[in-house]
Amino acid sequence: MESFAALLSGLELALQPMNLMYALIGVTLGTAVGVLPGIGPALTVALLLPVTFRLDPAGSLIMFAGIYYGGMYGGSTSSILLNTPGESASMITALEGNKMARAGRGGPALATSAIGSFVAGTIATAALAFVAPLVVEIALSFGPADYFALMVLAFTTVSSAFGGSALRGLTALFIGLALGLIGIDLQTGQARLAFGVPDLLDGVEVTTAAVGMFALGETMYVAALSSRMNETIEPVRGSVWMTAQDWARSWKAWLRGTALGFPIGALPAGGAEIPTFLSYSLEKQLSRHPEEFGHGAIEGVAGPEAANNASAAGTIVPLLTLGLPTTATAAMMLAGFQQYGLNPGPLLFTSNSDLVWGLIASLFVANAMLLVLNLPMIGLWVRMLAIPRPWLYAGILVFATLGTLGANPSQFELAMLAGLGFLGFLMRYFDYPVAPVIIGLILGPLAEQQLRRALAISQGDPAALVESGLSIGIYVICALVLIGPFVMRALSRKKAGEEVPAR
Amino acid sequence: MTSPKESEKQTRPDKAAFVIALALAGLSALIAWDAAHLSSRVASYSRIGAAAFPYAIAGILAVLAVATALAALRGKFPAREPLEIGPLAWVVGGLVAQIVILPFAGFSIATGLLFALTARGFGGKPLWLSIPAGIVLSFILYILFSKGLQLSLPQGPLERLI
Repeated sequence: MESFAALLSGLELALQPMNLMYALIGVTLGTAVGVLPGIGPALTVALLLPVTFRLDPAGSLIMFAGIYYGGMYGGSTSSILLNTPGESASMITALEGNKMARAGRGGPALATSAIGSFVAGTIATAALAFVAPLVVEIALSFGPADYFALMVLAFTTVSSAFGGSALRGLTALFIGLALGLIGIDLQTGQARLAFGVPDLLDGVEVTTAAVGMFALGETMYVAALSSRMNETIEPVRGSVWMTAQDWARSWKAWLRGTALGFPIGALPAGGAEIPTFLSYSLEKQLSRHPEEFGHGAIEGVAGPEAANNASAAGTIVPLLTLGLPTTATAAMMLAGFQQYGLNPGPLLFTSNSDLVWGLIASLFVANAMLLVLNLPMIGLWVRMLAIPRPWLYAGILVFATLGTLGANPSQFELAMLAGLGFLGFLMRYFDYPVAPVIIGLILGPLAEQQLRRALAISQGDPAALVESGLSIGIYVICALVLIGPFVMRALSRKKAGEEVPAR
Repeated sequence: MTSPKESEKQTRPDKAAFVIALALAGLSALIAWDAAHLSSRVASYSRIGAAAFPYAIAGILAVLAVATALAALRGKFPAREPLEIGPLAWVVGGLVAQIVILPFAGFSIATGLLFALTARGFGGKPLWLSIPAGIVLSFILYILFSKGLQLSLPQGPLERLI
């Protein structure tokens, strides 16, 4: 019950009038930016980070919580009405929700996703408050070698991300790790890959990289392929209120989605889209109307959307307790913490206990605000979708450069933003995932630190890396994640080889 | 997303993918060269110094470069749509223009130009209309962010007026 008392004092902090206002600004801005087509929660947080620069840590983190959840809500709205998922985790929502909208059931689709997100978010945040202190207790016994193993696991799962090409995922990850090398090495004070440029000594800012690769890269990509994209906004037809039948078909899907999303999100491994895919296929199997799936089944929106939000709350567990971001959005949150010199990890719960519990409590507050804000104001958000393309993308670039210049008013930083943007565009064009770059950039220096710490303790003996059972287990999982797809492919090729002669 | 039949057909080498492989190899060499620089300057007291991690990354990047070249040889890269250079050039041009004129033109004018050129790339209104519109928008943002949030954005002739 210790965590319950802590949560209550956190609520006290979150419910102060000033902090309530920060939360309200956060959810409003988060929804407004998140609803823009192609902008996912990670970019929403990155774009809005400069707004929080001058606030105190508590106010800024509370606004962050609002932006995080608001970005998720806004993202589902554009996914449903415009079929432009801003990230892979909302692909299913886009798939099934857009079909509903086309069939004239956009209202109920938005409603089930909003209420489902609220239900899932609330349950998952409660679970977060309960689980996080337990993880902290375990994490206090982790040594540097264990942390290094956990980070290797996060690298592996983020870059292999099930289904995509492992080669391109790993390449993206190592580009990120290479970017992370730039700057002064903290342990020896030597400059690495700086080539005598003073601006590079501090390294590449994670926010610059994220805004460049997501916002500029996306804009260039859309520009270069614009004539081939014909997006149509589905008008919200039908009442936003769900019928009794809609409720009956939704509520179980919400709960099942939450049950899938939170535990998977809370694992220190990447892949926010996995629970949404799992939830979709589970609902399809359990549904009494499996034929509706793919044509706009309400369960197919309710379940994955709940799973998405529950896993978003789940990813806060490894972020806060281990300092381990497993999604691009969590990486942006970590960058937000670092901006105040706060290092998430087990010690944060003792050194900044008020702040941590204030953040968790404000997740509840933000969730409740979003439910109230979203359904009645849906018409306003839909209007944001109707902004003409030229003004929309021009505005996105203005905001992206404003944020970067606000953080560091230098020409060099702006050039770096543009350069990383072009890299992001090339990667998108050649079908490389971008999120592993961001994870590699922020987690690479931390992983190196843990590795060197572990080897310093063991006086250079690499056997120390696999001394504990935990680290051995983690490396085994990594190997399975990397080798598994090859084995499966080989097996299926063997089967196919019986029909087609091998080349 | 290509079906097995399609990938059988397009087994011709992918030139752009070779360029990617070369770039990765170049990056790997650059990191290794930089790391070699480090270890020669400072005597390492422990086995793992500042150069170890870069060497590891350079090594794996080299392996990835070879793997990418092999994938390119077998035409394993996903099919791509041809690029439209025109709109892309407007957007990139806008970014370059902003970077170049920022130090003397200040935030509002530079960013206004970025706004107009990007909008042009997406087929927006003519430049004589969108450049002033962009400058006004950026100037309003400048006032909001520099007065409201005390962010120090680069100043130019317009910003010095207030």
